Amino acid sequence: MSSTWRIGSILHAVGLVVVLAFALFPFYWMVTSSLKEQTDLLASPPVWMFKPSFGNYQAIFADRTVMTAVLNSLIVATSTTALSVALGTPAAYALARYEFRGKADLWFWFISNRMISPIVLALPIYLVSRQVGLLNTHLVLILIYLTFNLPIVVWICTDQFRSIPRDLEESARLEGASQFDVFWRIYLPLGVPGVAVSAIFAFIFSWNELLYALVLITSQDLKTAPVVATNFMSGYELPWGKIMATGTVIVLPVTIFAMLVSRHMVRGLTMGATK
Amino acid sequence: MTTASQSHPAPQTSTVAGARRRHHPGYGRWTPFFFLAPAVISLFFIGIYPTVFAIVTSFRRYNITRRADMLDGFPFVGFDNYRQAFSDQTFWDSLLLTGKFFLCVVPLQIVLGIMIALMLHRPGLGLLRAVTRVSLVVPLATTYAVVGLIGRLIFNRDFGVANQFLGWLGIASSDWLGNPTGAFTAIVVMDVWQWTPFVALIFLAGLSMVPVEVEEAARLETKSHWALLRYVQLPYLLPGLTAVLILRSADVLKLFDMVFVMTRGGPGAATDLISVFIQRAGFKVFNLGLASAQAILLLIMTILLSRIYIRVFYKEIE
Repeated sequence: MSSTWRIGSILHAVGLVVVLAFALFPFYWMVTSSLKEQTDLLASPPVWMFKPSFGNYQAIFADRTVMTAVLNSLIVATSTTALSVALGTPAAYALARYEFRGKADLWFWFISNRMISPIVLALPIYLVSRQVGLLNTHLVLILIYLTFNLPIVVWICTDQFRSIPRDLEESARLEGASQFDVFWRIYLPLGVPGVAVSAIFAFIFSWNELLYALVLITSQDLKTAPVVATNFMSGYELPWGKIMATGTVIVLPVTIFAMLVSRHMVRGLTMGATK
Repeated sequence: MTTASQSHPAPQTSTVAGARRRHHPGYGRWTPFFFLAPAVISLFFIGIYPTVFAIVTSFRRYNITRRADMLDGFPFVGFDNYRQAFSDQTFWDSLLLTGKFFLCVVPLQIVLGIMIALMLHRPGLGLLRAVTRVSLVVPLATTYAVVGLIGRLIFNRDFGVANQFLGWLGIASSDWLGNPTGAFTAIVVMDVWQWTPFVALIFLAGLSMVPVEVEEAARLETKSHWALLRYVQLPYLLPGLTAVLILRSADVLKLFDMVFVMTRGGPGAATDLISVFIQRAGFKVFNLGLASAQAILLLIMTILLSRIYIRVFYKEIE
């Protein structure tokens, strides 16, 4: 009994270590490659032990393109996150606490946005923004990212607001609080955990987005980080060290954010179908 | 009598509250609409308006690089674009390839996902389990475009680590991204890496729904892990399985970033999944009429998918 248990336990541990290695390997390979010098990078077969150097990071931090792109990504992702929280939380409150006709349809419409391929909207948005002069602005990205950020904010916050006891609202009303006060002073403060989780998701999705940013922005100064990282891939000799350093700079912040919301990851990616 | 007088106060207070409520602004029937309006109006302009625009464009001859089209004012051509899309073999090839990709990727993710979920669910080794669980978030959060960049490095012909791994197993190295089968395999591997954790976490959520008493009783009954999985845990995994199938179909139809960065759809059309295909029609060839028609067809598939998803998972709201 105890020996089979021990064997099972060892297999379990081995299995978990394999999963851990599988999950982290590409990330590990990116980070270590970013610390390699060109000769180590181009070694064939690849080297696992090498003298780490920060040369690639120095190179990209000195490169205005990469830093501008990271800053652009930061501007776009922060703005669209703030906007989706500002627009989404009142809607979530209404969906959580009111009954009205068409509520189910509205709900479905929000959820359907999770499924839609960006390429469907990218073409018409390109044409429309070309006509109204929004092409090549951060604003168009900030707005278009609402199509996936608003649904996620609405979904998670509705769920959160529903869990707030109604008594609080009732007594506040008896005290003479207006409807907006109830939302602003009760629901929003008490719903902070949900608001924060949905804001982090919105930030991650916007930070990672490539397709819209690729087709709607052509001016070098306005490009976001994923687009600039992708642009490295043209040319004859690829600067792999710089590419991987840029990749690390892009991925590291969102990975940390994602770890903060790891418990909610599934909920965020399935729009709550699985809790 | 007594019962009547006792039951009276309750409705009375509520009328009082109701009357008082009416004195304050913002308690009317229209209140929810004020709260909803900003979100709905903005999503309408950003989501619905362009979709309508795409539908209209799909019925026009609309190539912005052709002067003739522009001078004609992008004339309406009825169903011409749709006819062209349907008769275009490359469009069907791309859809078929997308289906093939789904069939390669999703069963693998389901099998690996269940195995990982079972390992994460098994009691014991608390710290290692917790660390592994959190590590699963890393692939999910990695920027899709960067996954493509990493893929290009890993599968490089000369200094890629994939060839080194295969070398250790005694398999000759190859130019992965340079040949059709290799490139397709490479995007399959990267997608399996990125999305297996998602599937695993969904199944883990399902496993944790099994009541503890039921699972413990079953563990006492049988030592067979298979029987436990088949008769006790499987019913709790099925909703997750449906979610995986629908969401992954939608995601495969959406898949663009990683493939675009890794292969640009090549070599030839070996990795030309549907979103990459339409992107090229629209933004390289600039035949926006045709591309819109293709995008609308894709949209219809997506809407069907999300309808099914909603039917299955949000029954209680409907």
